[in-house]
Amino acid sequence: MTALLSIENLTVEYAVGGKALFAVSDVSLEVGRGETLGLVGESGCGKSTLGRAVLQLRRPTGGRVTFDGTELTRLDGEALRLMRRRLQLIFQDPIASLNPRRSIGDIVAEPLVITGVVDRGERERRVRDVLAAVGLDADLVMGRLPHEFSGGQCQRICIARALILEPELVICDEPVSALDVSIRAQILNLLEDMKRRYGLTLLFIAHDLAVVKAVSDRIAVMYLGRLCEVGPTEQLFARPAHPYTALLLEAIPVPDPTVKPAANLAAGEPPSPLDPPSGCRFRTRCPRADQTCADVVPELREIAVGQFAACHHPLG
Amino acid sequence: MTAPLLSVEGVSVELPTPRGALRAVDNVDLALAPGRTLGIVGESGCGKTMLSRAILQLLPKRARLGGRVMFAGRDLTNLPAEALRRLRGPELAVVFQDPMTSLNPVLTIGTQIIETLQAHLGMDAAAAATRGVELLAAVGIPAPAQRLRQYPHQLSGGMRQRVAIAIALSCEPKLLIADEPTTALDVTVQAQILDLLAREQQRRHMAMILITHDLGVVAGRTDEVAVMYAGRIVERAPTSRLFAGMRMPYTEALLAAIPKLDSPPHTPLPAIAGRPPDPTRPLAGCSFAPRCRYADGRCRAAKPPLGDPERAGTLYACWHPLGLSESASA
Amino acid sequence: MAVLDIEVDTAVVSPVRKRRRVGALFLAAVAWIVLIGLAAALAGALPIVSPTDMDILARRAPPGAEHWLGTDQLGRDEFSRLIYGARISLTVGLLAPVIGVLIGGSLGMLAGYFRGRFETLTVGGVDVLLAFPPLVFVLAVTAYLGQSVLNITLVIGVLGIPAFTRVARAVTLSLSEREFVVAARALGATHARILLRELLPNVALPLVAFFLLGVAVTIVVEGALSFLGLGVPPPAPSWGSMIAEGRENLDIAPWLAFLPALFMFLSVLAFNIVGDTLRALTDPRPGAL
Repeated sequence: MTALLSIENLTVEYAVGGKALFAVSDVSLEVGRGETLGLVGESGCGKSTLGRAVLQLRRPTGGRVTFDGTELTRLDGEALRLMRRRLQLIFQDPIASLNPRRSIGDIVAEPLVITGVVDRGERERRVRDVLAAVGLDADLVMGRLPHEFSGGQCQRICIARALILEPELVICDEPVSALDVSIRAQILNLLEDMKRRYGLTLLFIAHDLAVVKAVSDRIAVMYLGRLCEVGPTEQLFARPAHPYTALLLEAIPVPDPTVKPAANLAAGEPPSPLDPPSGCRFRTRCPRADQTCADVVPELREIAVGQFAACHHPLG
Repeated sequence: MTAPLLSVEGVSVELPTPRGALRAVDNVDLALAPGRTLGIVGESGCGKTMLSRAILQLLPKRARLGGRVMFAGRDLTNLPAEALRRLRGPELAVVFQDPMTSLNPVLTIGTQIIETLQAHLGMDAAAAATRGVELLAAVGIPAPAQRLRQYPHQLSGGMRQRVAIAIALSCEPKLLIADEPTTALDVTVQAQILDLLAREQQRRHMAMILITHDLGVVAGRTDEVAVMYAGRIVERAPTSRLFAGMRMPYTEALLAAIPKLDSPPHTPLPAIAGRPPDPTRPLAGCSFAPRCRYADGRCRAAKPPLGDPERAGTLYACWHPLGLSESASA
Repeated sequence: MAVLDIEVDTAVVSPVRKRRRVGALFLAAVAWIVLIGLAAALAGALPIVSPTDMDILARRAPPGAEHWLGTDQLGRDEFSRLIYGARISLTVGLLAPVIGVLIGGSLGMLAGYFRGRFETLTVGGVDVLLAFPPLVFVLAVTAYLGQSVLNITLVIGVLGIPAFTRVARAVTLSLSEREFVVAARALGATHARILLRELLPNVALPLVAFFLLGVAVTIVVEGALSFLGLGVPPPAPSWGSMIAEGRENLDIAPWLAFLPALFMFLSVLAFNIVGDTLRALTDPRPGAL
């Protein structure tokens, strides 16, 4: 498996009130062609920033992003604009992602117009094809405005727009967290189906481990801008090495009253990313933390085959 | 079984819209005993929030309410505004989904807690301040005395929800309605807040209605669960019985649609096709029939009543309940 | 693909019928604007006397058969002067905000979209323009360039730029954060395309509503300037100067001041009503009215 996307030592910094906020600190990841990499973490952990930094929508302050052998971090202007067509993005809020004053047909055709497909007939044919692929009836849908549709239908439209140019990599940023449970399953199944049909590579960003597990081959866990753990999905669920991964797993509410909720989960909340703890950023909530964790930033190292964790005292 | 603290009898809520009346809540009956927890589960638009507003008598002005809401022997629907106001706080309290909007952004947390205590319990300022610190400590806020001087925006989402809970608990209510209290929070914080609610509820012997879209949240933390769909309660049962054997296909489908932690990646999820019906156009039959695998002509023609044909404490509204033979259900 | 359960979603909500009632008030407002607009446009062709012809024998004549609405102190036909006055009020009232909306709207959109140094410069420039006393500005311009319809229009138009810039910038700022704009960027759309296709349709409506408000304000401002003698020079009639002249005869011929004031009041009200209604009607969300 060759890496389609490789992220090396990526750092994204914001200036917040004169202070530097490291939204993403020194993250390295690879996504193989045809693979789905799940990226998990709580709000403020930098997972969405990472997604946008890959597309250069937010310029990284350090590190490199290489897509299919081209270094995106070095591209500019026209070259970057052309490259972006091979990478697409799907957002959390499907309704806000659609221009409220343009018709669905217009919105889905927009990528074709931008890439210079002049022939109206061809545009319409391709719009109809992709709408059918995402399970919408083109005749009923094309002339309408976004507000006439439910969240789930809007997400289908967003997926259609992202797929019409047949991209290679799609970054899904919390694509189902704004949707109801029954609709969520439809969209997850649709993404899986689209992945197969269009031969996509997915970077799937979400806060819900169960949702990520349903679609991912490998999972990366982030906490306060840093990578905690990366590994094959089933292995990571069966034997989490990082205490934070274990905490996330325990915190998932299980729809079964015979499973009592885990008591006394790690107290506290993630500290402010403006003022992260020294050493390991999870140490303030970690039951295993000691002086080493405060002094030394743990490096990502291989715990088991293909499973990497950044922890001085890994579990298991 | 003690006499119910709250009993909702045939409550309906209608909202006028440009496209006609929208029946947000349709003839709902509920009962809740003191100290018990009822989970109300449903997807967005199923009427669960409107039902909670109807119980609290906090419906939008234009809404039309039918039925009775009996709380501690009084009918809240025809209580004068002043009596209702006195009831909220010491008797009835609520925690909303978004603590940022339920807390006043320009007042300190201390002011908000202390004013509540002074208004409802007639405490003097010093006593109220002391009590405020105790309350914040009780909901797990570190350094509570300092927090009293802070504004809501200076706290994290989880801390704000703790403050909202502290305010709700400040007058020792008999019933707490928690409307999606953890939906806006991260998973690890969600577990903490749910633990906190459960702990305080037991300590105070308070009744609680936990409204959520997540079956996982109600599973471990409620005594009874009511599942709502399209404005109606479609299944209601003691929590353990419900999860042991669901009768209503909607409840089962809702549970099946949640990704399971123990199934391998790329397992297709049994999704529920379609979407909920348009609430301004009620169907003649069962509202779930258009999406139901088991639906037949009868389901589309006649609305199944909510009943307990097995006389076992499980109520459901379905012509073809699961886990039973067809003869037993008739 | 049986397991995948991708249904073709035919149950799209039927479109929300735009059965919103436009009130009688709105229709009356539109009727008044059309009437005044037509009268002003066709004033030359209408069978009315010239607004500058003096009927010395019938000064301050009360309304009657010969002069429908009477005459002023110089014996000029009041009705004719009101119609020709509408010409000036509406010309200035419509053209000045066009300057504001074109220049201010573009500056605001560019500032809100590109941010950075351009935004700092624009906002700074707008603040300077706002801080400059408007009356001094009018005096200076009319003193150097002379009093004419064109100059008055230009002056009021330039003074309106800051308000339009602010509206356009604020709307653009909030829209630029929205996902659909980020989505367009992710698709590789050019800046020009994002500005014209994604942002402009959404910025245009608040601007149009603000434009109609601007028309109403401009009519009042033009009236005030004429009242102060800074407007269009006599003998050309303008509602403002007519009120000023009528003021001197309030005791004997009160209609000379009240009629132009009434015309101005009705026109300003009409533009405000139309502006408000249009804004509510064009909001894509249902139930916004």
